[in-house]
Amino acid sequence: MAGALRKLSAAWRMGRQSVLRPVVQTGWQHVRDSSHFTYYPDTVPESHDETQRLNLFQSINNALDLALATDDSAVIFGEDVGFGGVFRCTIGLQDKFGKDRVFNTPLCEQGIAGFAIGSAVGGATTIAEMQFADYIFPAFDQIVNEAAKYRYRSGNLFSCGKLTIRSPCGAVGHGGLYHSQSPEAYFSHTPGLKVVVPRGPIKAKGLLLSCIRDDNPCIFLEPKVLYRSAVEMVPTSDYTYPLSSADILLEGEDITLLGWGTQVHVLREVAELAREQLNVSCEVIDLVTILPWDQQTVCNSVKKTGRLLIAHEAPITSGFGAEVAATVQSECFLHLEAPVERVCGFDTPFPHIFEPFYLPDKWRCLSALKKLMNY
Amino acid sequence: MAARVCRAALLPAGCRLLSRVWQRTGPVSCTRALSSNLGEEQPNFPGSRSKWTEKLDFVQPDLYDGIPVYRVMDRKGQVIDPASDPNLSEDIVIKMYKRMTLLNTMDRILYESQRQGRISFYMTNYGEEGTHIGSAAALNDEDIVYGQYREAGVLMWRGFPLDSFINQCYGNEADMGKGRQMPVHYGSVEHRFVTISSPLATQMPQAVGTAYSFKRAQNGLCVICYFGEGTSSEGDAHAAFNFSATLECPVIFFCRNNGYAISTPTSEQYRGDGVAARGPAYGIATIRVDGNDVFAVYNATKAARHITVNENRPVLIEAMTYRIGHHSTSDDSSAYRSVDEVRLWDSTQHPIARLRAYMVHQNYWDEAKEKQWKDDCKRQVMQSFARAERRQKPSWKEMFTDVYDDMPQHLQDQYEYMKAHVDEYQDHYPVKNFVKEM
Repeated sequence: MAGALRKLSAAWRMGRQSVLRPVVQTGWQHVRDSSHFTYYPDTVPESHDETQRLNLFQSINNALDLALATDDSAVIFGEDVGFGGVFRCTIGLQDKFGKDRVFNTPLCEQGIAGFAIGSAVGGATTIAEMQFADYIFPAFDQIVNEAAKYRYRSGNLFSCGKLTIRSPCGAVGHGGLYHSQSPEAYFSHTPGLKVVVPRGPIKAKGLLLSCIRDDNPCIFLEPKVLYRSAVEMVPTSDYTYPLSSADILLEGEDITLLGWGTQVHVLREVAELAREQLNVSCEVIDLVTILPWDQQTVCNSVKKTGRLLIAHEAPITSGFGAEVAATVQSECFLHLEAPVERVCGFDTPFPHIFEPFYLPDKWRCLSALKKLMNY
Repeated sequence: MAARVCRAALLPAGCRLLSRVWQRTGPVSCTRALSSNLGEEQPNFPGSRSKWTEKLDFVQPDLYDGIPVYRVMDRKGQVIDPASDPNLSEDIVIKMYKRMTLLNTMDRILYESQRQGRISFYMTNYGEEGTHIGSAAALNDEDIVYGQYREAGVLMWRGFPLDSFINQCYGNEADMGKGRQMPVHYGSVEHRFVTISSPLATQMPQAVGTAYSFKRAQNGLCVICYFGEGTSSEGDAHAAFNFSATLECPVIFFCRNNGYAISTPTSEQYRGDGVAARGPAYGIATIRVDGNDVFAVYNATKAARHITVNENRPVLIEAMTYRIGHHSTSDDSSAYRSVDEVRLWDSTQHPIARLRAYMVHQNYWDEAKEKQWKDDCKRQVMQSFARAERRQKPSWKEMFTDVYDDMPQHLQDQYEYMKAHVDEYQDHYPVKNFVKEM
C-alpha cells in the first residue's frame, strides 16, 4: 500500500515537471540559486477555462480589481496605495475606480486600522493595507481590542465584518528585523479574527476575495518574497476558496509535513528530497488559514502517517506550530509514532546578514525529518 | 560649495541665521545666485505654505490668551446676547431639562445600587449633562454617535428606554449586549449609538472611518465622536484628527474637558491651550464652549453640523466642564482633589441648575412642577430598576456566540465540552440565575 501511494505521488510529481520547466527556462534560475526555496506552482482548477499568467502581486491586484468592480461600497487605502503601492499590488486601481475608492492615508498604522474599522461599521467593504506586517503592531490595539471584539461585545448589534487587512509578510532575503516578520501567531491568540496566508497566485486571488466577502475581520498576510517570484496560470474569473480549509498538496504515507505561505514550497522540496534520498513518503499540507484552523484535515493526516513535522518562519516559542503540536498530541496521541517536531525560526529577532542561518530551510527540515523517521 | 548653499536653503529659520553668520566671514555669492535662480519672494517647500522671515523667532505657545470660551447664558440662566439665543420652543427646552434630570436621577440610583453590591460597576455623568443634551439636541437623530462612556445623556435624549440602560448594567437576558460587557457600555442600533468599549480613544479614528463611508454614501449625515481630555492624549486621537482633515470627513469631535482623567489634572495631561488649540494645527475648524451652558453647546454643535455636512470637513468642539462625581464607583476622588472644589462647581455652575433658572425666568417651570417631576423620575427609575433586577441572566451559551458570524467548529466543540461539564458539576455553578440553555 505504501509503495503504491509513493508511486502515485511520484507520477503526480512527474506531471508537475512540465509546469515547472518553462518557469525555470524563463530566467528563473537566478531566483532558485539565491533563494531558500523553489516555487512549486499550482495547477489551474479544471472548472476554469480562461487563465492568465500572473505573479502574486498581479493576482492580488486582480482580486482587488474584482472586489471593487463587484461592490460599489468597496474602498482600498493605506500608505502609498494611490500610486500603485510599494509592491505594485494596487497599481491601476485609482485610475480605474477613482480617488475616493483607492487612496493614501497619513502614515499612521493605528489610524489606518481604526479608520478601517469605522469604515466597515459604516457599511463599506473595507480593504486596508499595512505596508509591512512588521509595522502592524501600532495597530495591534485596534485589531485585537476593537476589530476582533466588535460583534461579540455589542451582542451582534455592530460588527466590522466587512474589514480585511492585507499586509506583506515573511522573509525576503535581506529584510532584516523590520521587513521580514511573520506575526500570524500574535493574531492567532485573538478570538474574532480570521488569519489567512496564501502560498501562491491562484490561492491568493481566491482567498483574498473570500476574506473580503467574509463577514468577519480578516488579516491576509502575503508572503512578499512570492510577489514577483511566484508565477502561475491564474483563472481570470471571479472565484473564491473556503477559509479554514487546509490543502493536501501531496499525499503521503510516512510523515505529515505542515506549513503555510512560502514555507509550503520548502516542504515540497523536502518531500522530494525525502523520497529520493530516504525513500520516505511525505504528505504535504498547506494550512492556509491560521485562525480558525482546519484541525480535522491535519489530525486525519497525522492519524494516517503517525508523524508530524511543522515548519514556519516565525520564532519557535509560542509560534503557531506550538498550537498545532499541542492539539495533535491531544487528538492523535495513540497514532503518534514520534514526537511532533517543529522546525522554525529561532527565538531571536529576524537578522540581516544571518538570514540563511536563521530560516527553517530545506536542510534543517530534512534533518528533522530524518530524526523523526528514525525515532 | 554648491552643496553647502543648498543645505542652507533647506535649513529652518534658526539655522539659516547661523549660516548667514558664517557667510559674513566666508563667500556669499553663491547664495545670491541661488535666490535669483529660484525666486525668493515665497518659500516653495512642498510641506508648508508661508512667507520668509529674517527674524529668528520661535513661535511661543503663550502668544495669545487662549481660545475663548463661547457662552450664551450666564450662571444665573440669563441670556447675555439675545442674538445668540437659539430661541428653542418651550417643549424642547423642557425636554432638555427633563432628560438631564432623568439622567441625574438614574445616576443617583444606580450609583447607590453599586454601593450596595447590586451591580458591579457604575460611572455617573454629574456636571456633564449639559454637554450631552445640548449636543444631542443639535444633531439629526440619524447621525451616528461614537462615545467614550460618559455620554449616557445622548442616548437619554434619543429616547433609549430606562429599562435598556438598567438591563445593560445588570447584564440580564433583556440586555441587547447579552451581558458581555461591564455596566455603562451601552449601544443601540435603533438610536444610532455605537456600542461603547473600554479602550480609550479607539472610537476616534473609527468615527472618522464611518464619516468617510457617509460621505461616499452621500446620505447627508455626519458622525459625532465624544471623548475626554485625557483620552485626547492617546495616539488614536492624533490619528483621528489628522485622518479626518486629510480625508475630508463629516465628523464632529466633541471633547469633554472636565479637568481630570481619573486623578490626573489637566496640568499633567498637556501644556498647550487645552485640546481646542490642537484643532487648527490639524487644519480643523475649532471652537471652545461653556459645557455647563446647554444653549452654548447646542449652538456650537448645530453650527458644527452645518459646516461638517455641507463642506465635508471635520469640526472640533471643546466643551469646558467639571467632573463633579467620582471617576467611577472604583474611585474615591477625595484622594486627589478637595471636597470644597467639587462643591463649588456643584452649587454655582451646574448645567441643570442653570437651565432651571432660565426656565423659571421664562415661566416654563416652577417649584410645583419641579417637585412633581422629581417624584416622577424617581418612580420611573425605581420601577425600571426593580424589573431589571428580577430578570434572569442570559443563557450561558451566549458566551460562545457572536465571536464570529457563525460558530466555528472549535467553538462548537468548546461549547459542547462546557455543557457536559456544567451538567456534571452544576452544583458548583450559578446555573439557576441563568436562562436555561436554548
